[in-house]
Amino acid sequence: MNEFFTLMKSELVVTAIIFLLLFIKIGKGMKNESLLSLVQVLLLLNFIAGFFFNKTGNLFGDMFYTTPLIAFQKNILSLAVYLISLLCSDWLKKTGHLPEFFMLMLSALLGMFLMISSSNLLIFYLSLELATIPVAAMANFDLEKKRSSEGAMKMILSSAFSSGILLFGISLLYGATGTISFPEITAQLDGSSVQILAFIFIVTAFAFKLSIVPFHLWTADVYEGSPMAVTSFLSVVSKGSVAFIFITVLYKMFQPMQDMWYTLLVILAIATMVTGNLFALRQQNIKRFLAFSSIAQVGFILVGISSNDYMGITAVVYFILIYVFSNLAAFGVATVIAERTGKENIDDYKGLYKTNPFLSWILALALFSLAGVPPTAGFFGKLFLLTAGGAKAAYWFILVAALNMIISLYYYLRVVRAMFMDKNDNPVEPIKVSPVVKLALIICGAGIIMIGLLSWIFEYIKTLH
Amino acid sequence: MNLLLLIGAPLLTAVAVLFSRNKQQVKWISLLGSIIQIILAFALLFAFRQERAENNSAQMLFEQNHKLFDSLNINFHFGVDGISVAMILLTSLVVVAGVLVSWNIEKMTKEFYFLLLLLGLGAYGFFISLDLFILFFFLEISVIPKYLLIGIWGSGKKEYSANKLALMLMGGSALILVGMLGLYFTAGHSFDILALSKIDIPVYIQNLLFPLLFVGFGVFTALFPLHTWVPDGHSSAPTAGSMFLAGISMKLGGYGCLRIATYLLPEGAKEYADIIIILSAIAILYGAFATMMQKDLKYINAYSSVSHVGFSLLGIGMLTQTAITGALMQMVSHGLMTALFFAVIGMVYDRTHTRMVGEMGGLMKVMPFISTVFFIVGLCSLGLPGFSGFVAEMTVFMGSWENADAFHRIATIAAAMSIVVTAVYILRATGQTMMGPIKNESHLQLKDAAWNEKLAAIILVAGILAIGIAPGWLNDLLRPAAEEIMNRIDGK
Repeated sequence: MNEFFTLMKSELVVTAIIFLLLFIKIGKGMKNESLLSLVQVLLLLNFIAGFFFNKTGNLFGDMFYTTPLIAFQKNILSLAVYLISLLCSDWLKKTGHLPEFFMLMLSALLGMFLMISSSNLLIFYLSLELATIPVAAMANFDLEKKRSSEGAMKMILSSAFSSGILLFGISLLYGATGTISFPEITAQLDGSSVQILAFIFIVTAFAFKLSIVPFHLWTADVYEGSPMAVTSFLSVVSKGSVAFIFITVLYKMFQPMQDMWYTLLVILAIATMVTGNLFALRQQNIKRFLAFSSIAQVGFILVGISSNDYMGITAVVYFILIYVFSNLAAFGVATVIAERTGKENIDDYKGLYKTNPFLSWILALALFSLAGVPPTAGFFGKLFLLTAGGAKAAYWFILVAALNMIISLYYYLRVVRAMFMDKNDNPVEPIKVSPVVKLALIICGAGIIMIGLLSWIFEYIKTLH
Repeated sequence: MNLLLLIGAPLLTAVAVLFSRNKQQVKWISLLGSIIQIILAFALLFAFRQERAENNSAQMLFEQNHKLFDSLNINFHFGVDGISVAMILLTSLVVVAGVLVSWNIEKMTKEFYFLLLLLGLGAYGFFISLDLFILFFFLEISVIPKYLLIGIWGSGKKEYSANKLALMLMGGSALILVGMLGLYFTAGHSFDILALSKIDIPVYIQNLLFPLLFVGFGVFTALFPLHTWVPDGHSSAPTAGSMFLAGISMKLGGYGCLRIATYLLPEGAKEYADIIIILSAIAILYGAFATMMQKDLKYINAYSSVSHVGFSLLGIGMLTQTAITGALMQMVSHGLMTALFFAVIGMVYDRTHTRMVGEMGGLMKVMPFISTVFFIVGLCSLGLPGFSGFVAEMTVFMGSWENADAFHRIATIAAAMSIVVTAVYILRATGQTMMGPIKNESHLQLKDAAWNEKLAAIILVAGILAIGIAPGWLNDLLRPAAEEIMNRIDGK
């Protein structure tokens, strides 16, 4: 029983918060502002608690397992959720259904925790659904906006479709091996054609969730329609959690098929990077812009995953940690501006530096980090992904990735240029950023600068394995 | 001497600038910081000479090694040889001159000086790094400040130039990155330059990686035909930006071509040496002829930079000890000379508000100091004995002549012919702007250089003369280091 509490502690804490919110909702209720502060404190405690009592072990007959590395991955997600709750507090205060919003968000987080920890196809599928369906409801949270419902509809349809594909793959795999436990499947894999078919279906489902090209088409519309808080949750937390479990599935379950998935990953990575980058070039809306840039970033994550060793896992986890800070900083600034002025186009950012130097610097830092330019952490993150991917001596592959970094620099610089260089007669008026949001932006900025130079973080992730 | 001081001083200055309250504070803190950098650079020079005089023959002096990313074998490995010391000296001189020249900048002063100091920091870090990863880190640090300096404070089609520069340099970096990772995996997971110089890298890998690294660094130093960012970037940049770009940043590329590409991959260098020679000979002649056609002073200096930097690359391609020494001398000499040239052009432009040669004339009468400096730098550029340009170019030619076959002889002669063309455009530009009658009446009211401009010019002129009149000390610094590189190329 004691083991149950220590191994499942992150899940239990999140569940406890969900129930607390439920009781508050059923009971007298609270004012939005005080409730928001309470949730922020609880999420911070949840993040801090994640550092303690991290052990390795199995539960429920090997259906659930956890290691210090998995606990660290969960903690990255907790951190991201905490930062989102800070960054979007202006919007959250105004929404009429605050407890419900956090209940949905935390249910999705709970699903992701279980998904990362799953060691069995059944629990994997269940937790994946738990992680997806609440997000679709969240995407619909701007009730008066038509775009929001449209985005939610697209999200739920594409998730249902990908779930169907996943289930089909799972059933084929079960038929071919007679088991649903990851380790037992690994022992049964022999590369027969049914298994390959099952493998392709399962990877396709992952590709939907990670918005890997050619399964990326839902991403931009959903990102654009959803409220900013949901968009940042989707692009950081959702993507991160699926990337983590994708690694586990490829490195552990499909290890015997590694030659095959290496080729597949190389093709997918190149297609994703190139497509994401080329589409990002012409976007005007900052949300769509960030959507395509995040597709391109997934391509880079795939480069790291292709290495198939500790280095790959470490580099991906490290990159996602950096990505949390960089992407949330970018979304945070976009949220503040959209919330106050309703402006979401890159052209509206012209001359921003004159009126809002703080926001401009944070956004510039975030974009440089996403582009992988030193001294920001993104430089180290990207370089380690490429180092991991280069271990197989496929230099042309690294060259393609490196050339993609140039394309991405071009469109990130477009925003920087709009903020710092272009003139505008009607710039965004000076915005007084509320202290909570400012704190969150400063945390993100500090993270972007410090994580790269504090090399022990990387070494720490490495030792967790 | 602790090399970390060279990174710490600019970093502290930059941070102090960020926290300063008004423009006066920003300027004086930057000036103080850059003077400290000069003092450190000279202290390094004397400490280095002291060590060498005491027969300390280690390849790198003042080495230190701090673990950074241990599991990837990435370390803060620092150390200097003669080449690095010379480059650091050059950097510190250009930095202080750049700070002085920008004294009257009004727009976003704090940000301007912060980026300027960051650019200097990148150069110092680059020249002392002995770990490829850290070296690459410092190389890349300087890209964004350049972009912002040109884009925000520049003139003309500045956004276009800034974009072009950033993207071309990033393209170079991408090639360097692949070459660097190739070396890393070939060497069994090591980025250490000294360790890499000890191992034998298979010839086919050298032939594969050398073009990547050489072209990658070549973009930074205007290797023909990848020089196209140079004219646009220089002409759009603010004065100090041009000085830093041409005086420091282009030298990063030359240093990388020599220290990384040629030194670590000698077989690759031999394989591709002929192509380098052809390209650099074209750059020298093309640059010189292109300069003749220019009417804008900044374009004149930008194209002549392409031509002059070609001499460095030619020296590297010749693969003899004298030629490589000459190439290095040319880097230092050209760094000082071109920084001074841009500084003077900036001074003239601030007063006359034009950079067109045709619209000026007789400026000698109204601003004798600026005109004299203009003359000095022009004479240095065309290689008059007594100035640094002569020493450097002469050494390159002598080194090149050591290769006795027809191909190398022809290339050398072709390169030497450019000097005539240089004389034409330099004398014409100087004559039209400084001599003759004053074409524009309003120029009569113009004032001569202020104290800060005089100081900046004097510092750089002193550097040029110190090399031109007594080149021995520079030769003593560079020759042993060049010998080390030649030893690896000759397989000793």
